[in-house]
Amino acid sequence: MSTIKLTVNGKAVSAEVEDRTLLVHLLRETLNLTGTHVGCDTSQCGTCVVHIDGKAVKSCTVLAGQAAGSNVTTIEGISKGDELHPMQAAFRDNHGLQCGYCTPGMIMSSIDIVNRYGGKLDEETVRHELEGNICRCTGYHNIVKSVLDAAGRMKVAQAAE
Amino acid sequence: MYETTYHRPSSVDEAAALFAKGKEAKYLAGGHTLLPVMKQRLASPSDVIDLGKIKDLVGIEMSGDALTIKAATTYFDILQSADAKKAIPAIVHLTSVLGDPQVRYRGTIGGSIANNDPAADFPAAVLALGATVKTNKRSIAGDGFFKGLFSTALEDGEIITAISFPIPARAGYSKMRHPASRFALTGVFVVKTKAGDVRVAATGASQNGVMRVPAVEAALKANWSAGALDNVTISTDGLLADIHGSSAYRANLIKVMAQRAVTAAG
Repeated sequence: MSTIKLTVNGKAVSAEVEDRTLLVHLLRETLNLTGTHVGCDTSQCGTCVVHIDGKAVKSCTVLAGQAAGSNVTTIEGISKGDELHPMQAAFRDNHGLQCGYCTPGMIMSSIDIVNRYGGKLDEETVRHELEGNICRCTGYHNIVKSVLDAAGRMKVAQAAE
Repeated sequence: MYETTYHRPSSVDEAAALFAKGKEAKYLAGGHTLLPVMKQRLASPSDVIDLGKIKDLVGIEMSGDALTIKAATTYFDILQSADAKKAIPAIVHLTSVLGDPQVRYRGTIGGSIANNDPAADFPAAVLALGATVKTNKRSIAGDGFFKGLFSTALEDGEIITAISFPIPARAGYSKMRHPASRFALTGVFVVKTKAGDVRVAATGASQNGVMRVPAVEAALKANWSAGALDNVTISTDGLLADIHGSSAYRANLIKVMAQRAVTAAG
């Protein structure tokens, strides 16, 4: 057992977990942040994507200990109270989800994509960059639309700040 | 996953000392091979020693004739490196077609070559460019580093600290990606050295892991062009055959990927 100290969604957290604990299980089972999902458990599907120090990573393939001292952001940490993050709002407005299982990972990956590309995003780039996230419902079409829509909204939001 | 003890040393010496103390210790860099293998219970290390937070193992340096990438540098950092883009753009291209964005944030060059997966990309770059693998004990020539499937010249507990790539006159990499795993069904790295030698390495194709391809090297040495390979036949001896492709399919892929790599190299 080890004591893991990290920041999750802006709050300092300390948890006593076995060394073999994966970050996704620390989040879901110890911290009850069940918005982050486990899909394939083999770092293929991307439902478990969270941000560690601003970078989108697959939390099923990171030990909790590796994340100690880091800033972790999950799907629960991106809205401002009742105000959805622009990426969440774009997914809702563009019907970017059906069953919703992949959605938290899609959104966390997509925020990272917009952060990296800013206004230079086009459809081809979004499709290529989303290759680490699998959706079994939508055929990706509305997901891609959502990300492009959100890229515009996030630019506007950044300009306003 | 079986129980284990996690360590996060801050220096290479501390990591090596922890390894020596462990009963059956394993080093972890990005963890994107070791952790999946541990989850499948195919590995059960007593101790997991994280090299990813050792500052001396991260960074990219360019000297006059070599690009040196420290072992725990992530693929993402390689993609961001202006030095890498300038010195050996083929390495940056190889990195961009490896895994997916999330994997590229975590995976490291040292982890890739220490694992020596027979379908991994970086072993092809190390072998074709004739890189030198630097460890905490010695320097190992790329030609002698890879020893077959998942085997390398590394001794028990030895830590790769950096990989030094001589800057070539031309280099290119082309890969047929497996669409699900994104590993190389076959990938070929072609190099023309500044001395005029031609070195070609293929990954994903051989039962023994990464290999040189003498037939392609000879043809390209005589005439550095994609067309020079039109009449080259690659032997199927020792090539992989599985549900994804027969050995004849892979033999043809070696040729086609080599042609594309030459075209990309210019």
